Amino acid sequence: MHAEICEDTVILNQWHPISSTDDLKNHKQITTMLLEEKITCKKNSNGKYFVWKSIDIKKKLLPIKIAYGYLWTSLGTPPTDLFSFPEFYEIDRRNVATGVFGVNISAGRTIENFLDMGHFPFVHTGVLGEEPHTEVKEYDVSICETNDEILATKCQFYQPQAAVISSKGAEVDYIYRIPHINCAILYKSSPVDKKRQDAIIIFVQPVSQEIVRAHTGMCIIDDKSADKDIRLFQQTIFGQDKPILENQFPKKLPLDSRAETPIRADKSSIAYRRWLSQKGLTYGVIPSEDNNLFEVM
Amino acid sequence: MLKLYDYELSGNCYKVRLMMAFLKLSYDRELIEFYPSKKHKSLEFLEINPLGQLPVLMDNDFIIRDAQAILIYLAQKYDSQNNWYPSEKPSLVAEISEWLFFANDLTATSSAARLHDGFFYTNIHVEKCRKKAHDQFRIFDEHLYFNEQQGFPWICKSQYPTIADIACFPYIILSEEGGISRINYPAVRRWCDRFKRIPNFIVMSGIFPAGPQKVPDNEAKQSKILNGN
Ligand SMILES: [Fe+2]
Repeated sequence: MHAEICEDTVILNQWHPISSTDDLKNHKQITTMLLEEKITCKKNSNGKYFVWKSIDIKKKLLPIKIAYGYLWTSLGTPPTDLFSFPEFYEIDRRNVATGVFGVNISAGRTIENFLDMGHFPFVHTGVLGEEPHTEVKEYDVSICETNDEILATKCQFYQPQAAVISSKGAEVDYIYRIPHINCAILYKSSPVDKKRQDAIIIFVQPVSQEIVRAHTGMCIIDDKSADKDIRLFQQTIFGQDKPILENQFPKKLPLDSRAETPIRADKSSIAYRRWLSQKGLTYGVIPSEDNNLFEVM
Repeated sequence: MLKLYDYELSGNCYKVRLMMAFLKLSYDRELIEFYPSKKHKSLEFLEINPLGQLPVLMDNDFIIRDAQAILIYLAQKYDSQNNWYPSEKPSLVAEISEWLFFANDLTATSSAARLHDGFFYTNIHVEKCRKKAHDQFRIFDEHLYFNEQQGFPWICKSQYPTIADIACFPYIILSEEGGISRINYPAVRRWCDRFKRIPNFIVMSGIFPAGPQKVPDNEAKQSKILNGN
């Protein structure tokens, strides 16, 4: 399947997650697909990882990074550092890889769905939202110049069961970070500690332009729930998102935000699309033809 | 007390949850994580079901180990109306059995394709599964169409849904997760919509409730037939 090999340097030069370190614990060797390229990952007896393109008989090693519970690699020249995620290293946090799921959709659509609060009452009914609390209130979106990431702040939503440990509904505060073209982190009020926030991650591995592996995980303050219950909670949520994602058309993300009706809930997605456009991304997206879109919002 | 060994994203477990909901039975759930930790293959679970398959139902000390078998058991024991499994009608029982086997066959096609696409069961030959699923869906669509013509809204020749409908529903409605579109099977789509309107219907992750009832022109005729007018 090398008919459509990826030539987009914007995506080739990224770090991409290929497996949670949890999943790698039980395997000496795995193979996975990244940008239509089959990748082999092997662990030696010292627990060190080696990654290469499976078709490469010389096994030229690809760069790797272990960060935030995942093994990352790149098919191009990746930056020295991955984005920051300091909460991951807070000692009282529970870091749970909640599972990787195959979804027949582009990476951009997957991230965009993750940012969208408007679907909560209709898709995650009784958990992350419920009628009549359907309104997405005004929130702020900005691009942080120093880190080159998108921030959506002051988001608020009524949630009947915001986390596995929640016992009652609550008005929940959200912050979204998009620190990587295919990765997003959301921070939401912790039901346990009012002053702190749980973090929920989605790291998307583009298998092809229209197929992804969505790695999901939680980094939360909760010393009661079992890992299994945290995973099952997140699997239920993601299982609800899956058909919504797969029924999007076109499967690639159109970067011209006027291609689809903008509503207020789409404010962060408009910023995301522009940000991708400015980077010149062409893989998994339908590039915008109008350069004026790059102007300030 | 009834106890179900259950996994949210399993269509086979969903069959049992549906039956319990329709019969308004209360039960305990013991969640077995099928994915990613494969807890249904753990030594602990193999003691409950040596086949390493979900769901399993315990009715006090009695253990039943197959989704279709559980449906038969629950309907026989708890359906006072005797509509879900009318055991006194041999021809209907035969018909139900036929479609229970059909439902089981869907796990090798529609369900397998879903496992391949969503859960990385990479040893599955997905194109073969999809092709076979389409063969089954075509036959199913035709069967449902002729039933509609004769005034039967369900899979079997009954005015009431039976456990055959419950057994077939999950892997029909989840087919798109395995890349199997139902666009060419209008009778199947109408049946899915009717199924979702059965009182006490519940959803699982990946399935949504029926939208507001609407009767488009081309289906108005159909509903006349169904209402016997
Ligand atoms: Fe969602």
